[in-house]
Amino acid sequence: MKLRRSMLFVPGDNAGMLSTTFVYKPDSIMFDLEDAVSPREKDSARLLVFQALRHPAYQEIETVVRINELNTEFGLKDLEAAVRGGADVVRLPKTEKAAEIHELEAHVARIEKACGRPGGDTKLMAAIESASGVVNAVAIAAASPRMIGIAIAGFDYLVDMGTKRGGGSEPELFYARAAVLHAARAAHIDAFDVAYGDVNDDEGFLREVAIAKQLGFNGKSLIHPRQIELLHKAYAPTQEEVDHAKRVLAAAEEAHRKGLGVVSLDGKMVDPPVIEEAQIVLQRAEAS
Amino acid sequence: MKVIKEAIAGTLESSDLLVKVAPSQNGKLDIVIQSEVIKQFGKQIKRVVTDTLNKLAVSEGSILIEDKGALDCVIRARVQAAVLRGAGSEELNWEELS
Repeated sequence: MKLRRSMLFVPGDNAGMLSTTFVYKPDSIMFDLEDAVSPREKDSARLLVFQALRHPAYQEIETVVRINELNTEFGLKDLEAAVRGGADVVRLPKTEKAAEIHELEAHVARIEKACGRPGGDTKLMAAIESASGVVNAVAIAAASPRMIGIAIAGFDYLVDMGTKRGGGSEPELFYARAAVLHAARAAHIDAFDVAYGDVNDDEGFLREVAIAKQLGFNGKSLIHPRQIELLHKAYAPTQEEVDHAKRVLAAAEEAHRKGLGVVSLDGKMVDPPVIEEAQIVLQRAEAS
Repeated sequence: MKVIKEAIAGTLESSDLLVKVAPSQNGKLDIVIQSEVIKQFGKQIKRVVTDTLNKLAVSEGSILIEDKGALDCVIRARVQAAVLRGAGSEELNWEELS
């Protein structure tokens, strides 16, 4: 199972950041060709991302490219650069319905075929940035076997809803977070929480991380490398959780050896969901 | 591909480069490279620039590079962007860009 706690945004036209970001070791790096790039630099950024994707340093880390919407003059060109460059994942912004994922999927398959590559190795994810997107999240999440996740993008969503961030317990995002998370889980894909805009506010960032973690998000979109370590530490399991996970897996192994379907540990049943949770705990511990 | 107008791509920020292209005045390909690391990496930069131009079939024009310590992949991308802008080319041949 691929660990995706941190997805770091990197502006696609920033050569310096593209040349160094891999050293920060986020779980995924997202090269942005959309909002971070001005219209007059879209062509140059597209080539920069295409070349960076082929750099040896980016073969060891999951790469995501946020393209422009397909109904813009940039979207299809961005997609060509992303797929031909070998991006692991293409992120579609402002997704509002499943048909947009179907269209994206068809174009990706066409480009893979044109490159002579086996179809299916380019994965997809959708960003949900509007009320329509939230309402249709279930269909969007299940729109393609290539889908690996959906993300809630807070700023555009809140503008669409006619409100803004209020801090604290963030009731303004509660429904969207819950809806996106349920859609992701029903489709067995990952869910990513909103980016936190104030990179100097560690306290606010960690408060939001705690909400996302408690709700069950796999991770967050990040806008600055300094947020990576904070996030990874917050997602790291405690020693008590690690010890318990090891005991769960040992009990499961013993049950398997004895040919038993289930086994109990400390009076509680160890079944597949418990085993899966223990594996995730150990994976997060190892990566922290 | 023929450079038919002046164009630039890139920046003078660290790890980037600025590429200026212009139509040839003498039918030749003139490449000028300025770099803070010319002593250590001058030959490598020249090789990447020449290779990129060859793939784009650029045989004439004036190419001025001001390098600020860019990686090879950045050099390739900025040279490509400047040439494509200078050629007024909207369509991309991805084989030439690989």
